[in-house]
Amino acid sequence: MIELDCLGQRCPLPVIALARRVPEVAVGDVVRVLADDPAAALDIPAWCRMRGQEFVGSPAENTYDVRRIA
Amino acid sequence: MSGTPGPERYREHMPDQAYLDSATAAPLHPAAREALLAALSDGWSDPARLYTQARRARQLLDAARAAVAECLGVRVPEVTFTANGTDAVRRAVLGGLAGRRRTGRVFAHSAIEHSAVLHAAEEHVSAGGEAVSVPVDRLGRIDPDAWRAAVSADGVALAALIAASHEVGTAQPLSAAAEACAAAGVPLMVDASVLVGRLPVAPGWSLLTASARKWGGPGGVGVLVVRTGVRFDPPGSAAWSQPERAAGYGPGAPDLPAIVAAAVALRAAQAEAAGEAKRQRELVDRIRTRVAATVPDVEIVGDPDDRAPHIVTFSCLYVDGESLLYALDRRGFAVSSGSSCTSSTLRPSHVLEAMGALSHGNVRVSLHRDTTDEQVERFLIELPGIVAELRAEAGVVGL
Repeated sequence: MIELDCLGQRCPLPVIALARRVPEVAVGDVVRVLADDPAAALDIPAWCRMRGQEFVGSPAENTYDVRRIA
Repeated sequence: MSGTPGPERYREHMPDQAYLDSATAAPLHPAAREALLAALSDGWSDPARLYTQARRARQLLDAARAAVAECLGVRVPEVTFTANGTDAVRRAVLGGLAGRRRTGRVFAHSAIEHSAVLHAAEEHVSAGGEAVSVPVDRLGRIDPDAWRAAVSADGVALAALIAASHEVGTAQPLSAAAEACAAAGVPLMVDASVLVGRLPVAPGWSLLTASARKWGGPGGVGVLVVRTGVRFDPPGSAAWSQPERAAGYGPGAPDLPAIVAAAVALRAAQAEAAGEAKRQRELVDRIRTRVAATVPDVEIVGDPDDRAPHIVTFSCLYVDGESLLYALDRRGFAVSSGSSCTSSTLRPSHVLEAMGALSHGNVRVSLHRDTTDEQVERFLIELPGIVAELRAEAGVVGL
């Protein structure tokens, strides 16, 4: 799994990092974003909705998994 | 200065400021300005005293109270002027809860209440009470079934529902919510700050709050309405004298000139309300359509139809809300934002959070009687370039 360490970054930076990385992974792969800006909990699922990708969930605090499906 | 060439001269031709944040505070209505100046000369005395100037002040207070009661369609003794909207809300919530403390200690409210309601809820919880938050859907509207379940649970002393969202404009199903409360025997408090002076508020509530600066009155005047027969035991009761209560102000001396101006502004706003609501609704429709068409990767938030007439909110992907707010300000547009970087707590707006909306790059535009067609057009023409510039600076074009 690809992990993006965005701890300490303010939104929208974690979302931008995710948007840069997802096109580089294979369809079906999961990108994990570590982000502690409280807005990430909202903005990462929203990005998935706007970009047609799958928000897998938040398995732990400050951890967000996104699967490339498009 | 006359005829000076160069930058100094150029600055004199900065674009007109377009103030688009009436949901925070609308500019003072011209009728209110006049009334305020008159009342500063004529109504500064303490209305509780017995001499001539005080009697004049009391007359002005009574007239203002009667005007507000008439505008809201309530009885005069039901109206109290408070220090501001937040004060009205706190007293409504804590007073409504304390009035029914023997029935229960649960406060049920929507997830998208104004922070004043949520702060009062926290105060209630830290005093040993309980609070239940009812979720909203993607448009920012409560689910009537979830609301009914929440208000009919055991021990609910008070329920609160904002009339329409102050952040995204979505109107709430007030009549259905009031019916559910009535069936459960629970009083309903409605924070109507967004609608008062603009649209009628559906009946069925027990307590109502509003804020004069939202309708074109001065800051520092809130309105609290407690319907006759509602059990009400507000905080700070010990300091609130019976004559003050009876006169509809206090505790402590009222800002009478501001109250007089607030009442005049409400009358004037209501007289213009039908036409203004229609005009502003059409301008908001135009903003919703054009922003969606001309700004790539934007999420327009809230209900497109069933909403307050003057509020529109959208979020721009990959854009930092604070930078967007400052960029708009430099071009002469005053707006507000629910993005976390623009809040003192560095958390995204709880309203956007409850809706699951994109929270960064967020802008709330709210219109008022002085907002012109030209200002909205200029905003719509300049916004796409401003957003594109910020995205180019951040290197996110094409992502």
